[in-house]
Amino acid sequence: MIALWDGLRAGFWLIWTADAELIEISLRSLFVSISAVALASLLALPCAALLALERFRFRRMIIASLNALMGLPPVVVGLFVYLLLSRSGPFGVLGLLYTPWAMILAQAVILMPLIASIAHQHLRDLWAEYRDLLISLGASRGQRIRTLLWDGRRGELTACLAGFGRGIGEVGAVMIVGGNIEQATRVLTTAIALETGKGDFALALGLGFVLIFISLTVSFAVHILARTERSARW
Amino acid sequence: MVAHLPILLHGVSVHRAGHNVIGPLNLAITHPGMTAVLGPNGAGKTTLLRLLHGLERARSGHIDWPADPATLRSAQAFVFQRPVMMRRSVLENLIYPLRIKGSTRDAAKKQAQTVLKDIDMAEKSKLDATLLSIGEQQRLAVARAFIAKPGLVFLDEPCASLDGATTYQIETLLRQKRDAGVVSLLSTHDLAQARRLADWVILLHKGKLIETAPAAQFFAGPATQIGRDFLEGRLLL
Repeated sequence: MIALWDGLRAGFWLIWTADAELIEISLRSLFVSISAVALASLLALPCAALLALERFRFRRMIIASLNALMGLPPVVVGLFVYLLLSRSGPFGVLGLLYTPWAMILAQAVILMPLIASIAHQHLRDLWAEYRDLLISLGASRGQRIRTLLWDGRRGELTACLAGFGRGIGEVGAVMIVGGNIEQATRVLTTAIALETGKGDFALALGLGFVLIFISLTVSFAVHILARTERSARW
Repeated sequence: MVAHLPILLHGVSVHRAGHNVIGPLNLAITHPGMTAVLGPNGAGKTTLLRLLHGLERARSGHIDWPADPATLRSAQAFVFQRPVMMRRSVLENLIYPLRIKGSTRDAAKKQAQTVLKDIDMAEKSKLDATLLSIGEQQRLAVARAFIAKPGLVFLDEPCASLDGATTYQIETLLRQKRDAGVVSLLSTHDLAQARRLADWVILLHKGKLIETAPAAQFFAGPATQIGRDFLEGRLLL
């Protein structure tokens, strides 16, 4: 209980004093996770729309795989991306290992199936509702996909927020490909892991509270900006 | 303007989940104006309309159209029994079909605003269409179907479960469109509505064509026993 209280105090103090290192780590955490969500969404949302709209061979297998990959172990992804980006790997020449870009890439791989799977469930229901109407109106395949993506944006937002929540709290993969290097690749989760390892539980808890605060703030901000509940039916 | 008639069905049948829903059906739809497709529940009225609009596939037989079916389909519209509202504002629901057909946003908006005034819904233009009452949604759905000036419109029980006032508004709109030369196929089991609107009647039962005749002739005295039973309100088994 005392440790929790100390953690809360430490977190409050870090925010109150606008600790430079905390701000730097927090901004890096936000940058990495938001970029990863953006990158994953670029691939996941059109993929979700296609899976909702089209009937093709192996479609069910792809959907089942995406659902299964939602629980992809981050450490394994980290290792996989590490091998790809390491000097002896196929993309080693890019020199991305131990940079925030490697962390973004690893997180995007983890988030892509999650965002695609959640978005697909929303878009599949929307397509069931819209199918006859859009065919009747003569919408082309491209117009149907664009319409689904636009009208299903609230469901997609939920998918992206779920992705952001998973991304910003992720530690295994970013630790492997980022290396937790001070002033370079240290983010909130790896900093917490480091402080816990050093036995500074108060600071680790403080950083944890900051992480939760950021996660909640982003979620609320997105909901308010997107007016998610503005036209609710009840 | 493209001619939408005649539509000739030759031995057309539709199956769903291994069951024959309609057919084999030999039918000629040749009469302009409004044709009512009548029959009890399960007669195949909706399936026939969906088939003609390309929402269902025929398992056998073929349909002869007066022109290329793809060209004709782009000048068709469908009003569903349960209105499908896009998750957009009332105005955007009207703009959408025009944008699909290639109108500029400004032109589409202007036309949509005019139509909203015509159907007395101008003050609701910014409302989320899914929040409208069912009657308002159906009025909007009918207006949306007609906004791109189709030549042939399929109406699948557009007034089912609507009150008298809303039914009157929709029927008035349908009459105006018929008078303007739009061909329409109306599926209904509401005989009173068919009497009020139809120029021609097609009676279906269990997926089979029972009879087809001018509305006045059908309502004066059907040629078949099933037709007489249907008009007299007897249960068709």
